[in-house]
Amino acid sequence: MFGLSSLGFTAPLLLVALIALPILWWLLRAVPPAPIRRRFPGVALLLGLKDDESQTVTTPWWLLLLRMLAVAALIVGFAGPVLNPKEAGDGRGPLLIVMDGSWASAADWPSRIERVEQLIADAGRQGRPAAIVTLTDLPAGDLVFQTADTVLAGLPSLQPRAWQPDTASVQEWSTRLGEIGFETIWFSDGLEREGRTDLIEALENRGAVSVIQGQRPVVALRPARFEDSLVTVTAIRSPDTGARDYGVVAYGPDPNGVERELARAVASFEPGAAELEVQLDLPTELRNRVRRFEIDGTRSAGATSLTDDSLKRRKVALLASRNDQEAQDLLSPLFYLRRALVPSADLIDGALDDMLLASPDVLILADVATLSDGEREAIAEWAESGGMLVRFAGPRTAAVDLLDDDPLLPIRLRAGGRSVGGAMSWGEPKTLRAFSRDSPFFGLSIPGDVVVSSQVVAEPDPILADRTIASLADGTPLVTRSDLGQGQVVLFHVTANAEWSTLPLSGLFVQMLERLAISTRPTQLDAEDLSGTTWTIEEVIDPFGEVRRADTLPGVAGERLAEPVLGADLPPGLYEGNDRRVALNVINDDTVLQAATWPDTVSVEGISIAEETPLKGAFLMAALTLLMIDILASLLVGGRLRGPRQAAAVLLAAIVLVPATVEAQDTSAGDELALQATSDVVLAYVQTGDAAVDRVSFEGLRGLSRSLFLRTSVEPIEPVAVDLETDELSFFPLIYWPVTEGQATPSTDAYARLNRYLRTGGMIVFDTRDANIGGFGTATPAGRKLRQLAAPLDIPALEPIPADHVLTRTFYLLQDFPGRHDSRDVWVEAAPANAEQIDGLPFRDLNDGVTPVLIGGNDWASAWARDERGQPLYPVGRGYGGERQREMAVRFGVNLVMHVLTGNYKSDQVHVPALLDRLGN
Amino acid sequence: MNQDPATSPAGLRHRAETHASAYPALLAEAEHLAATILLGDHGRRRAGTGDEFWQYRPAERGDGLRDIDWRRSARSDAHFVRQKEWQAAQSVMLWVDDALSMTFTGGDDRPTKGHRARVLALALCVLLNKGGERFGLANRGTPPRRGEGQLGRIATHLMAAAGTADYGTPNARVLPAGSRAIFVSDFLGDLDPVSKALTSATDRGVKGALVQVLDPDEEAFPFDGRTVFESMSGAVRFETLKARALKDAYLDRLAARKAALKSLARHTGWQYHCHHTSTPAASAMLWLYQALDRGA
Repeated sequence: MFGLSSLGFTAPLLLVALIALPILWWLLRAVPPAPIRRRFPGVALLLGLKDDESQTVTTPWWLLLLRMLAVAALIVGFAGPVLNPKEAGDGRGPLLIVMDGSWASAADWPSRIERVEQLIADAGRQGRPAAIVTLTDLPAGDLVFQTADTVLAGLPSLQPRAWQPDTASVQEWSTRLGEIGFETIWFSDGLEREGRTDLIEALENRGAVSVIQGQRPVVALRPARFEDSLVTVTAIRSPDTGARDYGVVAYGPDPNGVERELARAVASFEPGAAELEVQLDLPTELRNRVRRFEIDGTRSAGATSLTDDSLKRRKVALLASRNDQEAQDLLSPLFYLRRALVPSADLIDGALDDMLLASPDVLILADVATLSDGEREAIAEWAESGGMLVRFAGPRTAAVDLLDDDPLLPIRLRAGGRSVGGAMSWGEPKTLRAFSRDSPFFGLSIPGDVVVSSQVVAEPDPILADRTIASLADGTPLVTRSDLGQGQVVLFHVTANAEWSTLPLSGLFVQMLERLAISTRPTQLDAEDLSGTTWTIEEVIDPFGEVRRADTLPGVAGERLAEPVLGADLPPGLYEGNDRRVALNVINDDTVLQAATWPDTVSVEGISIAEETPLKGAFLMAALTLLMIDILASLLVGGRLRGPRQAAAVLLAAIVLVPATVEAQDTSAGDELALQATSDVVLAYVQTGDAAVDRVSFEGLRGLSRSLFLRTSVEPIEPVAVDLETDELSFFPLIYWPVTEGQATPSTDAYARLNRYLRTGGMIVFDTRDANIGGFGTATPAGRKLRQLAAPLDIPALEPIPADHVLTRTFYLLQDFPGRHDSRDVWVEAAPANAEQIDGLPFRDLNDGVTPVLIGGNDWASAWARDERGQPLYPVGRGYGGERQREMAVRFGVNLVMHVLTGNYKSDQVHVPALLDRLGN
Repeated sequence: MNQDPATSPAGLRHRAETHASAYPALLAEAEHLAATILLGDHGRRRAGTGDEFWQYRPAERGDGLRDIDWRRSARSDAHFVRQKEWQAAQSVMLWVDDALSMTFTGGDDRPTKGHRARVLALALCVLLNKGGERFGLANRGTPPRRGEGQLGRIATHLMAAAGTADYGTPNARVLPAGSRAIFVSDFLGDLDPVSKALTSATDRGVKGALVQVLDPDEEAFPFDGRTVFESMSGAVRFETLKARALKDAYLDRLAARKAALKSLARHTGWQYHCHHTSTPAASAMLWLYQALDRGA
């Protein structure tokens, strides 16, 4: 193959013929256009006249040029031009394909695999063995080359990883390359990485190395931060790329628990900019629901950033007992709580009722001992539905007689507190005992200066030990906790101010609140803190940025989270332990993306494979077109481009030249359809493209229309066929859609129209017509097709027609819905879950509307079908029973149309007496 | 049987029927055209031989018995003679050019010049027949007659006539002295025979009208490019490389031809009219009728 950079020829020698073009020029110049012979009686008057100017007898230059171009196009065309000719590889020896296989390659992984497949296949044709090595998933043993077929077979299972190659193991692997020489093709993810030069050196020692690198810029998200009531997300990318906008989207569950887009911002990168902060101003409700941030349209783990507790800010309601004395700030029971919580939580103040209405996550009662029954109930109800009640003791708590089994206290308290180490007591103030393993506070270091001088004391109780999560050195409980419904109740046996203990003055207080998930703050993971803990993986980010539940992965020791190095045993994701959730993202706050630099000895090329495009046809077509133009031009020059016949020729040529794709937009036909469909009731059916099925549909609906006309006050006219792509559907109360296997799937626009039709009260009857060979839901071909067709449709939950569905009594009282087949599997919109049968009524008051779809396979159209004289067209059943079945089918059709036209009218309880009467009750 | 269709009985009959079918069509067309002109009063406003009643006058000495109108005389005591209006029948001779040049038409939407000329002539004959004049075809050389029979003969001759020459020449020898003559032609050929015929006709007291029938293409010369113009028989050829450039020269010559015809007509006391096949035949018909009325 002889080729320029992107254009090649299969028969380049033919191009020599281009030399002949000047000769052709000369030849063509000499031949003038042939004269027209024209009969003309007036010739007698012309005799003796002289042409006053000597018109050139040669062909005009532009006509010549046209012809030359045509001939040149022919020659070039036959020389077989090919755009992007494939270079046949000329490598010898084994072929090693090295893939970075990191998250950054995931975005264009399919095209990488495609390219790899091609390379391996080429190698296979040349009989070269090959091997593929992913640097994120290095093989254990020596490098083994296999036949191309074997390698190709394993290709589909090749996946990128959501982390980066481990420098150390890559280096170790580079020493195990073996002795034989091989050619290396390295698929790089385009990011600079340490230790790469060593590997390149090692590879170059074995043979040539070339690099294939994606042109797509790598873009990623750093973890979201919460600053100044704004959520800040930083998008980073490899710097040497131009201006581009990326959408940064926050996903999370909506109030119904369905995951959806919660917020969106645009990161507009300037050319060359490497990072960009995007700020989102989210209301607390929304912000707390955000589960992850993603860069829109980028399938890569780096472009997904999970959020953890650090982004959440809980709503904390604070309530202190009424202050009947003018206390100083520092003595206020809430002062230290406020100081501890303000940076990391949203505080709510106010009356208890108002605060509960704001549905706080945590309610803190500081020495509130007396609660009204109403308040008590409201708090209990709130706590049972997941709230966290935190109470602090105090003089009032100690003073009142508490109920024996107050659900709002984790334990029973003995009336009156105890004072240790005060001025009037013998003992020393007590210090804290180290937190036990079961305690949520486990691992917190206890400062020595935290002492407790007073506390409320629990009644001895067998459950006391279980409920104690922090205790004093003498074993008396300091913090107790119990579950209440889905929520919990926590009691600090000391005051929230410094009156009874120095706890509120210490950092430990803040940490304890944090551990109790009362406050949240940027997670500081330190090894000491984490040692001995085990974390479970809640969710993992796969290399393509999808977030999956990770129920099967083993737990991870806490120490590993302190200095996380992502890998197979520590995948990126959301880790949970000790009531805390920590997100390990692919990108952390320090990550900088840098474009890879390669040594000069390595050739770097793009990943995309330009398809080999033969241009022969195009050139020949161009030549043909030019020749057609030449015909017109010759006519023009010869003065024959005149008169109707010539005009027709021109028109014909124009049609040939411009392959018109204009489809006649017959608006008048559309109006006609609209008029026809709106002036009367018209049943419609979907054209399947199968003429026989369409005919049966038409005949069936015609038969049904006739039956309706005879039996009811609905008087439909002839049914019409609708083309989903072009026709307006809203005119038709009911559309019958026979499902055939070979049916074309409607376009997106058509689906949009169908959905609008269904939402606005239309009804589609899907008929798979195969109830004889399988009930609905089994995998008949038509059933599969139905699923495929109906997947994009907005169809509610379905159920088989219940016995009290309104369809059973809209006109006839029916319990069977036969067509040509008699299957009970007929599905309609499911009744609402709360539909209950009222005592004394024969049926429930079901859906308020018309079921948008009815799905079955009874081939109703065949049973309804009648010819022009009203005779049944297709056999149904046998003998009298068959006729009975046909009658039932028609009755079902009547009920169906009545249902569509009257909705739930027959559900109306007004008709109950008459119906009861008829039902014989 | 593979006979030459031109000579086989079937072919002959086919052609005969073609002509026969065209003849009533031509006649019908001509009568239709003639019907557009209402016949006015043709009488000489005095008594004489004729068909129409003119007046009753008292019988005088010398009146023959057979001249007395007894029905009128019985209503009074005197005898009355019934007088008729004098109607002198005119002889009108028509020459319709049947040369090849008349078979030309520039477009499918209009008739050939020859057809238009035949329709005009025949329509005039119909009118003349209604007016009681005698008429004849100078092409045929037969004397003028009147009646439906003559009309039929003329129609048949007009249909059958097909000259072989490129351009036709009028025949003035057969014109009876003192008659009227109508020459219908395109007058594109040599003008000398026309001029001779006209002068010789005038010498014999024949007056008449020249109707030049032209196709719009001959007026407009809408040609372009390298063209070989041929006469209808192909005998005369003229080649040009750029037809458009000749347009002005051609139009000048055509105007000169018309002027020559007009001056010829003026000198001989004839009338001249130029008719285009693109315009309705009725206009030419009206002009012809008025020309005859003016004493052409």
